[in-house]
Amino acid sequence: MANGDSIVGRGNAEGARLFREWFSELTDAAEAGRGGAYVFVMGSVAELLRCFDFPIVFPEVNSLQTAVRHVAHEYLDEAEDYGYSPDICGYVKADVATQLRGGRLPMGRIPKPALSICTNACNTYIKWGEIWERTQGTRAFTLDVPGSRAADLSPVRGDVALENDRRYVLAQLRELIPVCEEVSGVRFDIDRLRESLGYANTMNRCWARVLELNRSRPAPFNALTDGTIYLGVSNSLRGTEAGARYFVDLVEEMEYKRDHGIGTATDEEYRLIFVGVPCYPIFRRFGELFTEWGGTFVNSTYLSFASGGANAAFEYDLERPLESLADGLLHSVRNAMDSMFFQTDTLLRMVTEFAADGVVYHPIKSCRTVSTGLADTRRAVMERADVASLYIESDMMDRRVVSEAQLKNRIDAFFEGLASRKHQAAAS
Amino acid sequence: MNPIRVFPEWRDRPLDQVLGACRELVENANFPTVKRWRAAGGKVVGHFQVYFPEEIVHAAGVLPFRVRGAPIEPLQSDSRFGSYLCSILKTSLELALSGRVQLDMFVTHPICDAARNLAGVWGRNFPYRCQILYLPQNATSPSAPAYLRGEYERLLHDVEAVAGHAISDDDLRASIAVFNENRALLRELYALKRRAPWQVAMDEAYVLVAIGGMLPREEHNELLRWVLPELERRTARKLDRIRVVFEGGFCEQPPLDLIRAIGRSCYVVDDDLLIGLRWILEDVAASGDPLADLAHAYLHASSYSPVQHDARKPKEEMLLERIRGAGATAAIVTAAKMCEPGLEEQVGYVRALDAAGIPYFVSEFEESMTSFDHLEIQLETFVENLMFD
Repeated sequence: MANGDSIVGRGNAEGARLFREWFSELTDAAEAGRGGAYVFVMGSVAELLRCFDFPIVFPEVNSLQTAVRHVAHEYLDEAEDYGYSPDICGYVKADVATQLRGGRLPMGRIPKPALSICTNACNTYIKWGEIWERTQGTRAFTLDVPGSRAADLSPVRGDVALENDRRYVLAQLRELIPVCEEVSGVRFDIDRLRESLGYANTMNRCWARVLELNRSRPAPFNALTDGTIYLGVSNSLRGTEAGARYFVDLVEEMEYKRDHGIGTATDEEYRLIFVGVPCYPIFRRFGELFTEWGGTFVNSTYLSFASGGANAAFEYDLERPLESLADGLLHSVRNAMDSMFFQTDTLLRMVTEFAADGVVYHPIKSCRTVSTGLADTRRAVMERADVASLYIESDMMDRRVVSEAQLKNRIDAFFEGLASRKHQAAAS
Repeated sequence: MNPIRVFPEWRDRPLDQVLGACRELVENANFPTVKRWRAAGGKVVGHFQVYFPEEIVHAAGVLPFRVRGAPIEPLQSDSRFGSYLCSILKTSLELALSGRVQLDMFVTHPICDAARNLAGVWGRNFPYRCQILYLPQNATSPSAPAYLRGEYERLLHDVEAVAGHAISDDDLRASIAVFNENRALLRELYALKRRAPWQVAMDEAYVLVAIGGMLPREEHNELLRWVLPELERRTARKLDRIRVVFEGGFCEQPPLDLIRAIGRSCYVVDDDLLIGLRWILEDVAASGDPLADLAHAYLHASSYSPVQHDARKPKEEMLLERIRGAGATAAIVTAAKMCEPGLEEQVGYVRALDAAGIPYFVSEFEESMTSFDHLEIQLETFVENLMFD
């Protein structure tokens, strides 16, 4: 049993180490001339791809790293010079430039795309896959995972429409396997899939538990900053033993912190929910603008959709691995999409369960998937709950549309409002 | 056969006045034909761009209304959206919020990240059913036709709930026949554009297509059946203009004045304007399982657009084919402002055109733009360069 000193902070340190290792492996694969499987955080099917020994590349994760490391503008400029509009997704453009640079990134090098698997959870995934298809002759596989049709339509098992969706997803997985075999040269082994699903089960269960533990006061982790580290491991090591071990340890850390009343580095004054994608060009400062006022993000929709719906804690049935993978994809990716398109009830639940004082909506220029409905969601949530909210716009990649001074003004005013609410509540 | 007629303005009038009436109807953001339909007791299902299986709604005796925005101020809807979005989203919702159009159901599609959000936004603002129709994005999967048939059946039950009665296979077959005639007439119109573009101006052809999204389709057919021979017969002079293809009008529509301005500079012999109305390229079979027939046509007998991935139809190759098929010598490659699929596609189009040695003119537009002088001068310069090269 580890002692407290070795437990607290372990998730962040180990997460960073595992992330570096993962990238180092990608660099080795690129240097060896191996092709990678390019996938996305919503519906990566990493569990299946592990069976074929693919180096797994997450272009979204690579792109955001260029912003965190303050070089995104160089990549964006290069893609815009190539012809891409300033008004399209910054992640796509950073990847276009990465490919033009032979896969070189500040963290290392990524293999060329040998296969891309693009779910429809974000339409830009599919357009992105078309770029590799055109420029590099990459084998593109669109994995269509139909989402919820409306906010009030949650079909139960056995529902005719849901069964139609399940058959479709399963059939596509069966079509994908020979494609993976052909591209990788590795035969499909269902026992390897079973093993990978087992690790994913552990990761899913732990991910949901970690989120749940943040209901305690003070919250053991900051969903915006610490949460992003956990997300990186959740995606890059999905379906691996190392990933499963990391998350078991992370649960232990969070339970220890809860039991000992240990929160984040911030003295928690206000509990906040974050809706959208972080402002990566000024990531650290963006977080500080909230923590300086005692604001802690206790949960976020980002931890739902960017984990591919891992928060839904789907448990794969290892007796029927492929069928269960289809069920899990449908369940998890749909959950991820719902947390973007039909999020009102989810947010209202989060506010109650996490005892939130405020909700921060952060629509960004780059991502219409996440941002289009946020203003209206805010209006709908305000109609149904007495919770403070803040609506600030910037970007996840493009520093040209990030104004720190403007953000600070809005955030400061928000906290002044929260303080006033607190005083009024105390007075009454 | 639907007996309701909502557009009397075109009947028993000469061709120019008929075209003028169509133009006024397209520009009228109050959508009087939809109001008349409702006044006659009809129900309306609004469907967002690009493709929608209108036959399913038509078979229920409900009006399928193509939601394609309008040149209006988004006074109420602006507060429902963020800053970096295309105009059509905002003006489409504005039409409903302002009461200009009243719907009984709204359907959007996962054509782009913004449009898919409309089901949520619309659903939070209106009590009627607002939903996403998940057209398959894995179009080449052997399982896609069966999936799409199932998805159409799901939609059909929702439409039945709106109509208050069941839709039979015979109802569907009858509607497919109406739409088959409509598509044949539109193909005839486009054949005329290609064969003798001086007989029908770009804006004239456009309004003749566009009114289809706001009329009972039988009425649209009646109008086209009368207009097409008149267009063939009219006396028009062939001018020395270059033949171009216009690409980029699959969702948000350029203002009619911009279309007219482009038509003044060149002959637009083919385009993707309102491609959803012309998505299916041949008659849909009307003898078997009608929903399966519609699904088959969507997947295997259809056009292309930036919002559908289909490995059998690489977009740049399809554009080159459209250019060659129309005998065009140049292309106008546009995209609506903030339209992610359109803007992304521009890069592929431009590179393919470069490789093929086909001259092109690139621009962006917005449905609400009112000044085209600058764009018109640029286009004229482009055309003159080609003509005097």
